[in-house]
Amino acid sequence: MALARPTAILLSKELQTEFRTRELLTTTIVFVLMVLVLFSFTFDPTSIESRRFAPGLLWLTLLFAGSLMLHPSFTREQTNDTLAALRLAPIDPTAILAAKILANCCFLLVAEALLLPIFAALYNLHVLPVLGQFSVVLLLGTLALATIGTVFSAISSQARMRELLLPLLLLPVLTPALIASTEATAGLFDEQPYLSLQWVGLLAAFDAIFLTVTWLFGEYLLEE
Amino acid sequence: MATLSASTPAHAGALRPSNGANLLETVLVALLLGFAGYCALFVAPTEKTMGVIQRIFYFHVPSWWSAFIAFAIVLVANVAYLRGRNPKWDWLGVSAAEVGVAFVTVGLVTGPIWAHPVWRIWWTWDARLTSAFVLWVLYVSFLLLRTLIEEPERRAVVSAVFGIFAAVDIPLVYFSIWFFRTQHPQPVIGDGGSLDPSMGKVLLLCWAAMLGILVVMVRQRYRVERLRWDVDRLRLEASQSNSESGR
Repeated sequence: MALARPTAILLSKELQTEFRTRELLTTTIVFVLMVLVLFSFTFDPTSIESRRFAPGLLWLTLLFAGSLMLHPSFTREQTNDTLAALRLAPIDPTAILAAKILANCCFLLVAEALLLPIFAALYNLHVLPVLGQFSVVLLLGTLALATIGTVFSAISSQARMRELLLPLLLLPVLTPALIASTEATAGLFDEQPYLSLQWVGLLAAFDAIFLTVTWLFGEYLLEE
Repeated sequence: MATLSASTPAHAGALRPSNGANLLETVLVALLLGFAGYCALFVAPTEKTMGVIQRIFYFHVPSWWSAFIAFAIVLVANVAYLRGRNPKWDWLGVSAAEVGVAFVTVGLVTGPIWAHPVWRIWWTWDARLTSAFVLWVLYVSFLLLRTLIEEPERRAVVSAVFGIFAAVDIPLVYFSIWFFRTQHPQPVIGDGGSLDPSMGKVLLLCWAAMLGILVVMVRQRYRVERLRWDVDRLRLEASQSNSESGR
């Protein structure tokens, strides 16, 4: 409970900052659309081909978008020197991280919700019949991306070459999440759609493990 | 920032050149390595189907085992540093990580040299190979991250947190790729085969030699890191006093 209230307050602050300008969301959506169009040149996007490539393509695009989108989450605080003010507040520093993770998760989910119909239309995928199950995969995968991405954005913001460093740190650590979400999505877009519990379980375990590690060690990143 | 100079002279002893004990240790490990190499090449029996190329196994497998030990040391050092903030743990962590990366590189290079004549391919995206590759990338990024942060304390904290994330990730990488790749055909790595007792003995001897190298290299690297820490601190202090006097 001690964590919930400050997290909620900080989360509303994060959401307010973003929705005032919507610059992060707009750029991410345009970026993803651009990548989806570019991908269509690398293979023939007929429905059979799409079924094979689309899940990997979707998650790879989201991963790249995330590695760009999550970067400002700490640098924004640095340019205005507002992280010091947050640290001075008499709250558990984990709340700062938790709020940022939740906020980034929200931004990514909003972007995904807007992009999914376009993606389905462009690549001839039948999303509607499996929408409920697909939302679960999308939610777990996005949470994995947001958790690791936010923590690593706190890491990269303290280093030189931060724009290059974040994807470099993020992509190898997210390998298991990428495989699990791609495979789970591939199952849902199969001719006989099924939800692979093995992959959803792995994704859930990934989230649980890294949220715990963040809770245990994340606060060290916020020290002065 | 006034506390900076307080601990600077503490490691003045590190400036001494390598002492006798260090030399003795290095010579012993070199002799052990020579003996292990001799046994691997001439004493161990030649494998029936693969022939001479199988002898690379005596370097390949101990390299991997030693790499895992090195990365276990990194994890312990990272957690201990965050808990106690003793810079010694940071020095140990980075030393073990560098040596671990060297061992993984040996493993990744000797693997294909063996695989090409035996499997007729240099590389396959098999679970073990792929996760080994991701492991290498993870610890190379760990070392790269360290070069991009100037301030020693910040570098130590930030890289320790990343090191813990990387270590926790390793089993997840392995299991995910294992689930993923077992659905596809893959070359069989001889798990069912039994090892000739003399081969086992030579393997253990080689591992002992590799562990000796691990200890010598980590100790040497640790000394360098201790000096580097002092240099970084002094440099930071000098640049601060410069900017203050310039005002």
